[in-house]
Amino acid sequence: MPAVISAISYYLPERLLGNEEYYARFPEARGTALEKVGVRERHIARKDETASDLAFAAAEKLFSEHGIDRASIDFLVLCINEPDYYTPTTACVLQERLKLNRHCGAFDYNLGCSGYVYGLGISKGMIESMGAKNVLFITTSVLSHTFHERDRSSWFIFGDGAAATLVTAGTGGRDIGPFSYGTDGKGHEKIIVRDGHARNPISEHSYDDITDEYGNTTSRANFHMDGTGVLLFTLKTVPAMVNDVIAKAGLEPADIDLFVFHQANVYLNETIRKKMNIPEEKFVHCMDRFGNTVASSIPIALYEAKLQGRLKPGMRVLLAGFGTGLSWASCIMQT
Amino acid sequence: MSIDEFIQKIENEIEELPKGVLKPDTSYRQLPEWSSMHALIIIALCETDYNVTLTGEDLRSCNTVNDLYSVVKSRI
Repeated sequence: MPAVISAISYYLPERLLGNEEYYARFPEARGTALEKVGVRERHIARKDETASDLAFAAAEKLFSEHGIDRASIDFLVLCINEPDYYTPTTACVLQERLKLNRHCGAFDYNLGCSGYVYGLGISKGMIESMGAKNVLFITTSVLSHTFHERDRSSWFIFGDGAAATLVTAGTGGRDIGPFSYGTDGKGHEKIIVRDGHARNPISEHSYDDITDEYGNTTSRANFHMDGTGVLLFTLKTVPAMVNDVIAKAGLEPADIDLFVFHQANVYLNETIRKKMNIPEEKFVHCMDRFGNTVASSIPIALYEAKLQGRLKPGMRVLLAGFGTGLSWASCIMQT
Repeated sequence: MSIDEFIQKIENEIEELPKGVLKPDTSYRQLPEWSSMHALIIIALCETDYNVTLTGEDLRSCNTVNDLYSVVKSRI
């Protein structure tokens, strides 16, 4: 059975971190090439604001903004890296908080920047396999909670936020798919928080400062990203993935009307765009007011593209997510 | 590819670096402007323009622009 995205809303925490405040905190970063990342401001969650709080707010916004009856939701899929509890699943907590009906299935999964496309695949699967009619699919991240206070790069690049997407049965020939997925676990240390979980419990050295050759500081218990390693992975993987999903659809690159990639870094996405000869008018950049919001960057970009009139009915849109894992996923959808 | 072309390409990508600062014997990592973003820019340049994979480790192990040029040239 075909599936479509019928509504998207997003929620950002109130606290705004603009570049002026950022430079006041990291004066040595002013005038460097960091601005090529393409972020002007990002929203940061309070310490007591959890990823599920953002998810809740995004879902409430979806219901009110689009007039959706919460009683119609028959499945809740939540992409989250920072669950409320070891157990239960955060989606169960949200089912109650959102007052969703008892017949609603609910579960979490943990993925980073590839998470949105995965969630669309899962949601479509629920519609196809069990006849779900209205899947509420939420992506959420408070990655800033994992940053070392002197992690210059991460504080610039990332922003917190959540997006809620309603996936419903497709009509009029509209569908999501085909999909293309991939994984390279050899690269699992390229984007990682090493300590504080089952493999490496917190030890006396977990919070020791580790400063790299560029003056960026983190620790084993904080978020770490190997920027050059991730760049190489992306440059090599994304074009092949995009070509694969276009070939699976029996299409040519020129048949795609809009390319919406995970908003990792404007410089990086622009490099891929040029490498793949994708025309500028078919490519969406949407980072300046949000930063990299992990799995929510694609739905936020879709929302903004629609607002700007760039995303219209009758289009073929290619989505591509890539990041921690290393993990990547792409799909084509008809609007 | 000559070293002059290589330097010119880097200068074109990194606008904040005044032209003429990069010379074959420049220790690029000692430049006050040198940052992780520049490492990304040079890696992306080598990958897209020369189809050469340069790693963060290569950038750490080279000292001068000429060292880097030699590594890239040997992989073309």
